[in-house]
Amino acid sequence: MSLLELRDVTRTVIPPDQPALTILNGVDLTVEPGDRISIVGRSGSGKSTLLNLLGLLDMPTSGLLTFDDRPVKSYSGAARDRVRGAQIGFVFQQFNLLPGRTALENVAMPLLYAEGRSFWRRKQLAAEMLQEVGLGDRMESMPDRLSGGEQQRVAIARSLVRGPRLILADEPTGALDLDTGSSVMQLIDEVATRTGAALVTITHDPAIAARARDHFRLDRGVLTRADSDELAAASEAIS
Amino acid sequence: MKRAFTSLVGAVIEAWQELRVHRTRVLLSLIGVAVAVCSLTTVVALGGIVQQANQELSERQSGRPASLFVSAYSNQGTAIDSATMDATWAETLARYDITYGSRVMQTTQAVPFTTGVVDVQTQAVDQPYGEMHRVRLTEGEWFTADDAAGLAPALVVNQIFWERLGSPELRTHPTVELGAQGGKPGTTAVIVGVYPVASYETDPAMFMLADQLSAMTAARPSAAVQDPYGGGGGSTQYEMWVPPAISEQLMEVVKRDFTSALATPGGGTGDVQVDVYRQDYAQYGDDPFLVTKLVVGGIAVLVLLLGALGLVNIALVTVKQRVREIGIRRSFGATAGRVFFSVMMESVVATIAAGAAGVIASVLLVQNPWTMDLIGQGLVSDFPPFPAEAAVLGLVAATAVGALAGLLPALVAVRVKVIDAIRY
Repeated sequence: MSLLELRDVTRTVIPPDQPALTILNGVDLTVEPGDRISIVGRSGSGKSTLLNLLGLLDMPTSGLLTFDDRPVKSYSGAARDRVRGAQIGFVFQQFNLLPGRTALENVAMPLLYAEGRSFWRRKQLAAEMLQEVGLGDRMESMPDRLSGGEQQRVAIARSLVRGPRLILADEPTGALDLDTGSSVMQLIDEVATRTGAALVTITHDPAIAARARDHFRLDRGVLTRADSDELAAASEAIS
Repeated sequence: MKRAFTSLVGAVIEAWQELRVHRTRVLLSLIGVAVAVCSLTTVVALGGIVQQANQELSERQSGRPASLFVSAYSNQGTAIDSATMDATWAETLARYDITYGSRVMQTTQAVPFTTGVVDVQTQAVDQPYGEMHRVRLTEGEWFTADDAAGLAPALVVNQIFWERLGSPELRTHPTVELGAQGGKPGTTAVIVGVYPVASYETDPAMFMLADQLSAMTAARPSAAVQDPYGGGGGSTQYEMWVPPAISEQLMEVVKRDFTSALATPGGGTGDVQVDVYRQDYAQYGDDPFLVTKLVVGGIAVLVLLLGALGLVNIALVTVKQRVREIGIRRSFGATAGRVFFSVMMESVVATIAAGAAGVIASVLLVQNPWTMDLIGQGLVSDFPPFPAEAAVLGLVAATAVGALAGLLPALVAVRVKVIDAIRY
């Protein structure tokens, strides 16, 4: 049973007063629980659009997208939102922490959309998560008082606080220096391994991509399996 | 059910966090709402209080609804015997079981003060008059049965009268000499109560019981009531306070009874003209304060609309600035409904807080002594409390404005495209 599956997925947009633009074309991808997948591609290759589809933020124009073997089209809008909140965690390039909220409040934010004990114990769960990412002493800090690496760790804690089965990382180290980026990726890997979550990393950095077990390349909307050796060589060359 | 409850609590928490984070902006935007609600509540409350004060003043002057006045005069120009009038009046009250009836005679009595003798305006009334005209006292009490039975006439004087005597303690039974002239002693009267005066009044005045005035007049003719019209019964008015529902019917039967009772043996009923009429503010049946209410209501609605427009404007701009945050929340599981509700809640929570502040400000504004003096002119002793309906109206209006002002931004927030919002 696959966690997420795309079969011959196409995504087309129609810009105003322009002909239809195909951003993704015939994409096939299967994500199993515990997978480590990297998708590399240049700017404008359709990475973000693919991420939105994987995160159930967008719907394919054609083709089949399933979550837990159930077609995503069969979910209502609210049900899709709830599945996303409970099963998928996002890590963004720009961290996207909410300004004016402490690290603790940022991490507790996704739990505002949870139910039962998770909702009522949200502060405790958020505090535990921050401890786990090494920010137990920065819980009351505002985002603008945290370094880039710390902000990304808060973002990671936020994405994991509901125990998602799929973590989607969009250029997670794009705004960090090399060393910090490396430690952040290590943290994501560790937490994903411990929780058994699948990790899909979208990046243009071969070194980050090389950490995954399965590698894909997205080029002009077409997804193909990438050569691991080629990626490793590119990664070596950069480092 | 559980989901709905946690969603509600979550939305309130989100709204509160949002208000807390953007407190300066929120505070500035809500000042307009608070001012609008304060104005609305104040206008409504003042309207209510002014109406109450007007009603109280009207009742004090011309009686409570329904007050019937009886007057009679002879078509032959001869005087109608005051004793006959009084007897007929007493019979009428007894026949129709009317508890509240009073004779009212206007006269003056010479009263010696330290500054000299002053002719003091005097109303001679029966004991029920106090209740019929809402007479409220600042000192002592209105005439009682004991006062009526006393040998010395009892007086209820106004504040000016009392102060001219040096504001004596009423427990000491202060007295004045009525009608003392050229070394001759007058009638000793005891002051039993003091009533307040309007700020524009400057002269002393007093009430005394009609029977005691008659007794005083009998003993000392110079104290007689002057009748400028030369009619019977002096300048006595006969007044009764009856249920409005039966007032029309009573007017007819009282007129009939008086006409037949006062008819002369030779002249028949045609000799006497008896009038029974209402003079209280509600005599025409319509709401006499309707125009005031409409004007006040119109101003209040206008003020509130202006406040709401300002809030909608600011809320729309704010939502545009929050597109990214809304996108982030959606990516972490916030449904469209939840976003809609949260934005609405922000507006509603904020306006309720502003509304509460506005209502509190309004209460402080309306209930302070300076405002009370301005409205009451010292005459409204039973100042009505802050109208609860004005406070409720203020809070309900604030909530409604919050919901309306939040609706448009909430619709905008729901239409935010998550993908674009995160990249925003």
